[in-house]
Amino acid sequence: MTARAAILDGIRRSLRRDRLAPAERNALARRLAQPSPVLVPERGQGEPAALVDRFAAMAVETQASLARVADPGDVPVAVARFLAEAGLPATVVVSPDLAGADWAGAGLEARAGAARPGDPVSVTPCFRAVAETGTMVVASAPGRPTTLHFLPDIHVVVVEASKVVGAYEDAWRDLRAAGEWPRTVTWITGPSRTADIEQTLLLGAHGPRRLHVVLVDGA
Amino acid sequence: MHPTSHAFKANADKALHDPGLQDALAKLKAGFRVKRAAAVARLPEFEALRDAGRAVKDHTLAHLDFYLEAFEAKVAETGGQVHWARDGDEARKAVLDICRRAGARTVTKGKSMVGEEIGLNPFLEANGIRPVETDLGEYIIQLRDEPPSHIVAPAIHLDRTHVAEAFLKAHRQRQAGRDLTEPRAMLDEAREEMRVHFHAADVGITGANMLIAETGSTVIVTNEGNGDLTQTLPRVHIVLATIEKVVPTLDDAAVLLRLLARSATGQELSVYTTFSTGPRRPGDLDGPDEFHVVILDNGRSNMLGGEFQDMLRCIRCAACINHCPVYGAVGGHAYGWVYPGPMGSVLTPALVGLAEARDLPNASTLCGRCEEVCPVRIPLPRMLRHWREREFERHLTPPRDRIGLKIWAFAARHPTLYRMGTRIAAWGLARLARGKGRFADLPLARAWTRTRDLPAPAGKTFVQQWTERRRS
Ligand code: SF4
Repeated sequence: MTARAAILDGIRRSLRRDRLAPAERNALARRLAQPSPVLVPERGQGEPAALVDRFAAMAVETQASLARVADPGDVPVAVARFLAEAGLPATVVVSPDLAGADWAGAGLEARAGAARPGDPVSVTPCFRAVAETGTMVVASAPGRPTTLHFLPDIHVVVVEASKVVGAYEDAWRDLRAAGEWPRTVTWITGPSRTADIEQTLLLGAHGPRRLHVVLVDGA
Repeated sequence: MHPTSHAFKANADKALHDPGLQDALAKLKAGFRVKRAAAVARLPEFEALRDAGRAVKDHTLAHLDFYLEAFEAKVAETGGQVHWARDGDEARKAVLDICRRAGARTVTKGKSMVGEEIGLNPFLEANGIRPVETDLGEYIIQLRDEPPSHIVAPAIHLDRTHVAEAFLKAHRQRQAGRDLTEPRAMLDEAREEMRVHFHAADVGITGANMLIAETGSTVIVTNEGNGDLTQTLPRVHIVLATIEKVVPTLDDAAVLLRLLARSATGQELSVYTTFSTGPRRPGDLDGPDEFHVVILDNGRSNMLGGEFQDMLRCIRCAACINHCPVYGAVGGHAYGWVYPGPMGSVLTPALVGLAEARDLPNASTLCGRCEEVCPVRIPLPRMLRHWREREFERHLTPPRDRIGLKIWAFAARHPTLYRMGTRIAAWGLARLARGKGRFADLPLARAWTRTRDLPAPAGKTFVQQWTERRRS
């Protein structure tokens, strides 16, 4: 008997039943095919404008920094300003999906692609941002490589206000509707951290040391 | 990992006399407990979420065969492969085969309690493959060649001098006299060292907090980002999971994720929650070429349908551990296996056998705090009692305890005799204590008095006092 058969048989034996009847299997398959939210806290609900403000407040609480700009065209300048204030060189690696922005116009040297060892700063879009906990949902695609979220020392995320939703379930709904399920989906909530040495909280463990959000109100 | 749970009493004794460990454990109470309480207080729906979380898990366990098959089908559909393993042997072999086919020499590892459970690291080493733990806490204990002492914070029993010592010894290419007094310096050093391993590894192995049947995704939850680098950079990603980790949908997962971090560290959410689905897609610029999920049973299917089924709801948040007075006194190593505290005392006998772990269910005051904080409402004290009953039924209890229990049972069935006995004992002990109110040393009770005082009775039993008060 294969391990697979032995395990599944063992489960059925312990549950004192046979393989489920077709009717029951169909009911469960329907539950899988038509998922619905179980319980969404009040904090994850509200009017769009209120949700955007809540997202911004919660993101700052997770120790991300945040800047708000009015227009998508303002993003490169906002990134350049953030780097200058942090005393960092004006070099970024951006998701290919963001390659069309006028990075050079803001005085930034930008490369589009996956992250390479030593890249100091990445700039990526996000699929949705969740107000409930200040979380950004990023999804991989050819134009949105995953390494940009983890390898560089500093991760800048561009969040368009129209992408802010209340709860995780809203992001799931939209992501299911967007087509093929992405290979990697990450919920990012603040910069990387650890408390493994004497329970002292330190930012910048293996992922980015800093997380900066550029919130675009007019997009 | 080879269990040493039979030595619990001796281990606990040692732990109680270890001042460094006692300091570390004191911090745990001030940290995790306070933070959890604050996070819970901030979310009015927390209690309702606990009910919902329990319902999701109960529903899944009742249909576990269906959801595992559904998960497997989705993994296959998205280009990944599921490997089934009845026990540790089969799981280790599955991992080794994949590593061999990939020609792996170095593998990076995210934190995985299942990896500890099946002793994966020593096995890989014996087969010429170098495993590198990437979670900072796991890395530290790997360098020190010791097991984790906590399921969320594996190096919680250590202080900074232990870490510095381990780093000085392991990172020999660095300057010998460097300053490693601050945690920041140690973390930066570990970050740099680990980057080299992340890029060099041929295979990345992670655990899974959940498996999603709806999409065939595996889920990891981390704060450091090590797990994501582990599963993104190497050519091959292997996920080690156990059968009870599957949940039906992403919406079900959301319920459990709202409970997990709040219960574990008191965060609203951990920093990274990543859902991986199959290997790299056409056109992707990064991600692994191969995606394997090893699904391990290792005794869990036997727990279904019986008095220990509820334990399979566990989401490994460690809240029960953080709130346990016994864990708080002796730490994790005393338990002698991978899972310490109340959840470990229930799980370990089920997975390694009651004969090995019979002391663990007894290492509890049944105070009930664990059940109070468990996010999926596992009745831990009740299950500890079930183990104690089984221990007695199977004659695993030592003769002296059995005779004692028999005498007590006889007396308890004869109220007059019982009252007389307790009256004499209360009177005698009170006289012996000579007004000090406690014993620092008491013959026949040395197992107790060696590590703590035994409070002396007031001189009269409760029943005596009750009757007197009613009369007056
Ligand atoms: S038993 Fe409950 S409290 Fe303990 S680790 Fe598991 S889920 Fe958390």
